[in-house]
Amino acid sequence: MDEVILETRNITKVFPETIANKDISFKLRKGEIHALLGENGAGKTTLMNILYGIYLPTSGDILIKGKKVIIKNPLDAIRLGIGMIHQHFMLVDTLTVLENIILGLKEYGFVIDKKAVKKRLKEIENLYSLKVEPDVKVWQTAVGEQQKIEIIKVLFRGADILILDEPTAVLTPQETQSLFKILRKMKEDGKSIIFITHKLEEVMQIADTITVLRKGRLIKTLPKSETTKSQLAELMVGKTQTLDFSRKRPKSNEEILKIENLTVHSDKSLKSLKGVSLSVFKGEILGIAGISGNGQKELVQTVVGLKKAVQGKVVFNGIDITNKPPRYIAQAGINYIPADRLAMGVAPNLSTIDNAIMRRYYRFPLSKRGIMNYRKALAYTMMMAKAYKIKLDNPFAPIKLLSGGNMQKLILAREILENPKLLIASYPTRGLDIASTQFFRQKLIDIANKGKTIILVSEDLDEVLSLSDRIAVMYEGRIVGILNAKEADKNRLGLMMAGVKT
Amino acid sequence: MAHHSIYIVLFANTVKAGTILLFPTIGEIFAERAGILNLGVEGMMLIGAFVGFVVAYTTKNPYMGFLAGVLAGGFASLIHAFISITLRGNQIVSGLALTIFGGGFTTFYGQKWINMTLTHTLTPVKIPMLSSIPYIGMIFFNQDLIVYLSYIVVFVMWFILYKTRLGLNLRAVGENAKAANAMGISVYKVRYGWTFFGGLLAGAGGAYLTTAYAPFWLDGITAGRGWIAIALVIFAMWDPVKALVGAYLFGGINALQFQLQATGTTIPSAILNMLPYIGTFIVIIISSIIVKTRHIKPPKELGIPYIREEK
Repeated sequence: MDEVILETRNITKVFPETIANKDISFKLRKGEIHALLGENGAGKTTLMNILYGIYLPTSGDILIKGKKVIIKNPLDAIRLGIGMIHQHFMLVDTLTVLENIILGLKEYGFVIDKKAVKKRLKEIENLYSLKVEPDVKVWQTAVGEQQKIEIIKVLFRGADILILDEPTAVLTPQETQSLFKILRKMKEDGKSIIFITHKLEEVMQIADTITVLRKGRLIKTLPKSETTKSQLAELMVGKTQTLDFSRKRPKSNEEILKIENLTVHSDKSLKSLKGVSLSVFKGEILGIAGISGNGQKELVQTVVGLKKAVQGKVVFNGIDITNKPPRYIAQAGINYIPADRLAMGVAPNLSTIDNAIMRRYYRFPLSKRGIMNYRKALAYTMMMAKAYKIKLDNPFAPIKLLSGGNMQKLILAREILENPKLLIASYPTRGLDIASTQFFRQKLIDIANKGKTIILVSEDLDEVLSLSDRIAVMYEGRIVGILNAKEADKNRLGLMMAGVKT
Repeated sequence: MAHHSIYIVLFANTVKAGTILLFPTIGEIFAERAGILNLGVEGMMLIGAFVGFVVAYTTKNPYMGFLAGVLAGGFASLIHAFISITLRGNQIVSGLALTIFGGGFTTFYGQKWINMTLTHTLTPVKIPMLSSIPYIGMIFFNQDLIVYLSYIVVFVMWFILYKTRLGLNLRAVGENAKAANAMGISVYKVRYGWTFFGGLLAGAGGAYLTTAYAPFWLDGITAGRGWIAIALVIFAMWDPVKALVGAYLFGGINALQFQLQATGTTIPSAILNMLPYIGTFIVIIISSIIVKTRHIKPPKELGIPYIREEK
């Protein structure tokens, strides 16, 4: 247990605009699970990408079993026994599971010896109870399955150092537990594991040793037995803040949005919503929980007019808005914070001003008889930045240069300033650091307390539980249950999200 | 019998004309599978055709000519590879430039070769047994060696693509270069390799044209066949065996056009000459519809440069 298998000495990585890692020295011992804890942007992933040869460090050394090594590319890392499971899975969708597993391996011959691969798969299945279907295409498999494929890939390469980058982000609580079981088994077999996360709960469950990173620096390394969640939180964030999520809003029975038997096809023309019915009441926060890909996206996009319903009805405030154009629906009083900021929330190469006025550029005073008034647009943008604490160095620069948090704040401001009756927020805090996340949650509570209705789609159960009045759970294109927040807990939601009847 | 023999000649010519298209189509399929869109096929074919012709003429050996044309096409493709892989330039612009370069190069150096004819061309070699199969034998197995080579290329490339490590690496790079790289595959090497291969085969198509099918030199002798090959890649849905079908279909149009002209027909020759290009339109429309409904997609990374250290 004391043998140091991997060590970094004073690793520094400088990117053109930022210092992602500064003087990081840490040690991984044989047979331990070492959690690398930190907020988004703390430099965890950068450090691991350096170990895996995706980035080269600007300075500093890496030692494996006491020997200095240079890792120029992933192939070097694999040869040194390092395996990495990336946050965004590195799988080729159109290839089969088996093909993905042996990609880049030479052991199975020039003409691929599938029998030998399947034999090895069987061995792994027996050892770790990791079972996959080798001959299906990866795009046909579920997310939990894909993670298993990634783990098997690493095992096939004989890695004894495993790096997992936020492995639980896409899993249900139950899937997380089965992942932990596998990790513990690997540890018993003498493998060393680096576990990157920002979830304290998981760290306390699985880690032996914990290293906290903040703003690219290593703050502290300590054994789990000598620390607590609150100490870790403080190390991670630097300062602690309390939140007022108390509800100051009355209950209402006025139905503001009514969805009846809604059926929608996905892009692959499969049924992605199968007859969803849902009522949303004025002034409430309705949480929609579910593993992504179970119809949440289609539900929301159909309500705001971005997708066509093949069947069913959406009634908002007494008006039928089914299959109406997006602008009509927005003007009726529904505004929308999309899930993917860069793909749908903003036009990345346009300036912050252009993005800020996207909802109203065609209206007076921003435009008059089709001619834009950019002076007014600039003033509007600056007002927005001030009110929502958006750090804006240059409003004329492309918005893609803003950080995720600032960009998301701008989207929120843009939508709220339209004074919607209903705000739909999809994964509003995904990928944001703790400070921005808190700002966002507080804002949502504030506007709900002012009498607005909110639909909150999220896979972060803590978020859904702490903000919502009611929680609808989606599974395979259906709403499988609606709970009052008071009677819901993580475990119950997790089971419903996995399709288990409760 | 005389009636039958017309058809046998027509179909045998279909195979020959199809071979000119088959090589570059297979080559482009593999380049595109690696993620490199090379619109320079027409240019590489012209260079292959010209170099092939000149070498065959001077050495009086059509096989030497063919080989030289293949290599010339390969080297021409390296221009595109360098621009699009190393410099990460725009593949469409680079490919078009290569086509224009091929045209200019062969026009300039080809002037004094215009209307010269080869004295030694590729001659048919009957394959024992197989060539005596009725109809089929005369159509497929009474051809020259290069045609036989093309049969082998189709089969071998199909095998490589779907059954070997080489093909797996190739498919992975074209679908998700980042994932392939994370598994230790060099995206650059794979892309250079297959772009070069695409050039070799484009050169082969051009050289086969001038050493066997039309053994003389004319300015712009490929007459848009490189573009047809690019259209055939879509028709073939990036599959070597379907490429064979597509190439012979267009070979058939070519052969028919030729035969009608030779036998004297009332259809104006301008209309006949249009046939392959009208056929291209029709094929693209039909295959686009099929591709759309069957959810067959082009390689995901087609035309996208790969940058390793991205932040």
